[in-house]
Amino acid sequence: MTTTSTASTDVSSPAGASSGAAALQRTPLHDLHLELGAKMVPFAGYEMPVNYPAGIMAEHLHCRSAAGLFDVSHMGQIRLVAESHDAVAAALERLCPADFLGLQTGRQRYSFFTDNQGGILDDLMVSRLQDARHGDHLFMVVNAACKAQDLSHLQANLNHRCEITELADRALLALQGPAAGEVLARLAPESGAMTFMTARVLTIAGIDCIVTRSGYTGEDGFEISVSNASATDLARRLLAEAGVKPIGLGARDSLRLEAGLCLYGNDITPQTTPVEADLSWAIGKRRREQGGFPGSGVLQRQWKDGVARKRVGIQPDGKAPARAHTEIADAAGQVIGEITSGGFGPSVNAPVAMGYVAASHAAPGTRLNLLVRGKALPASVVALPFVPHRYRRG
Amino acid sequence: MSDLRYTKDHEWLRAEGDIVTVGITPYAQEQLGDVVYVELPEVGRKVEQGKEMAVVESVKAASEVYAPVSGEVVEVNSALTDAPATVNEDALGKGWFVKLKLADPGQLTGLMDEAAYKALCDSEH
Repeated sequence: MTTTSTASTDVSSPAGASSGAAALQRTPLHDLHLELGAKMVPFAGYEMPVNYPAGIMAEHLHCRSAAGLFDVSHMGQIRLVAESHDAVAAALERLCPADFLGLQTGRQRYSFFTDNQGGILDDLMVSRLQDARHGDHLFMVVNAACKAQDLSHLQANLNHRCEITELADRALLALQGPAAGEVLARLAPESGAMTFMTARVLTIAGIDCIVTRSGYTGEDGFEISVSNASATDLARRLLAEAGVKPIGLGARDSLRLEAGLCLYGNDITPQTTPVEADLSWAIGKRRREQGGFPGSGVLQRQWKDGVARKRVGIQPDGKAPARAHTEIADAAGQVIGEITSGGFGPSVNAPVAMGYVAASHAAPGTRLNLLVRGKALPASVVALPFVPHRYRRG
Repeated sequence: MSDLRYTKDHEWLRAEGDIVTVGITPYAQEQLGDVVYVELPEVGRKVEQGKEMAVVESVKAASEVYAPVSGEVVEVNSALTDAPATVNEDALGKGWFVKLKLADPGQLTGLMDEAAYKALCDSEH
């Protein structure tokens, strides 16, 4: 038996995991993962838990029914400070297409770094925070595999406009699921007032944290930035609460896929634009009209003239999963696209996928064939997400 | 258990006369995690030792299952189509994949016994 294709979270064999372990970084929760019986795998240069003894399926379903705690400390955390919000927001708008000038204190926004062709260099979350030490500033979370490149990009372009600090001394936990709000409110009552895509500095069980009400599962929940020194204490406090169980990267991937959320490197890359990726919603009206970010001319032409291909949800008819890089054909057998994320959706209890198809084949209901191991498996274009988002809109 | 033979690719085999039952080992199912899909060959297909015979997919990965010996597929465990998790629950029993009519009994002698296979798993761990 040989593993031939894997989901994005398990990019190397168990053998590779042990031989390459010496070069891998560890998060502050490493010992806790081992204590909890995690299976550790290399991911984005880190040794990360792919699953705990419960397994991916049980962890996924637990997160949708109660609350899951994820270690996402491999992700990059960056603070941007200038003399005013307008100054730091205007600086970041030179590299990202989101409306940061209009971002209110305590609000969070999804965006990306684009290149001159409108390709996506990374996707990221930006919060506007206010604290005594740094005043009004921006707090950014970027992908682990991109963080070194993102920092260089920020430093090369914005060093004279704002102070750029990588918060390497901070860990990041995600508490996700329908019980997350209730759990966090027990330890930090002020979190109860937070709604989706808000951010604030608060203490959880006496530990100083930066908390955002957002995540990568489609469920209500929080991402919690905490000092490396306090990370294990906080994780233990959260795991001690009723309904909270540890969840690995395997379930994180299946949860985000069911939620229709993009994985950088698979679904969005320098070869895809936000328009093709169906992420235009993340680009405000003022930015669309005025441009002024890398590749804005390309995107403006795409909004005006349309795009040749689009990211869509894909539901196979049968039970066979279709993985990333599976070719997509039309009814006549012509290849018209490729799957970029695909696997089994435990909550859907069926295979689920997303990918790019020719714009002519992007309407929900369009019939497709997925070329899996030499066979054409019938599938349909479907609207995303596969599982409805359950964010706390307030 | 002593009648089981194993491959380095984590398939098991049990011979009864010239019919051999084939599956994947408990070690293999544990490495895979939750099995969500099994693709079995058609009855009548001739499979060759060491070549792909079936596919098993977990939430996170697709894996090929190789024929431990050459032969003709005489029966497949179609119950796995609706209940693929049986592979996790009972890998050596109800989670069997196929029955083959053995083409060359000599191939059996090249397979590992339980002690040799256990040593292999320990070395991979």
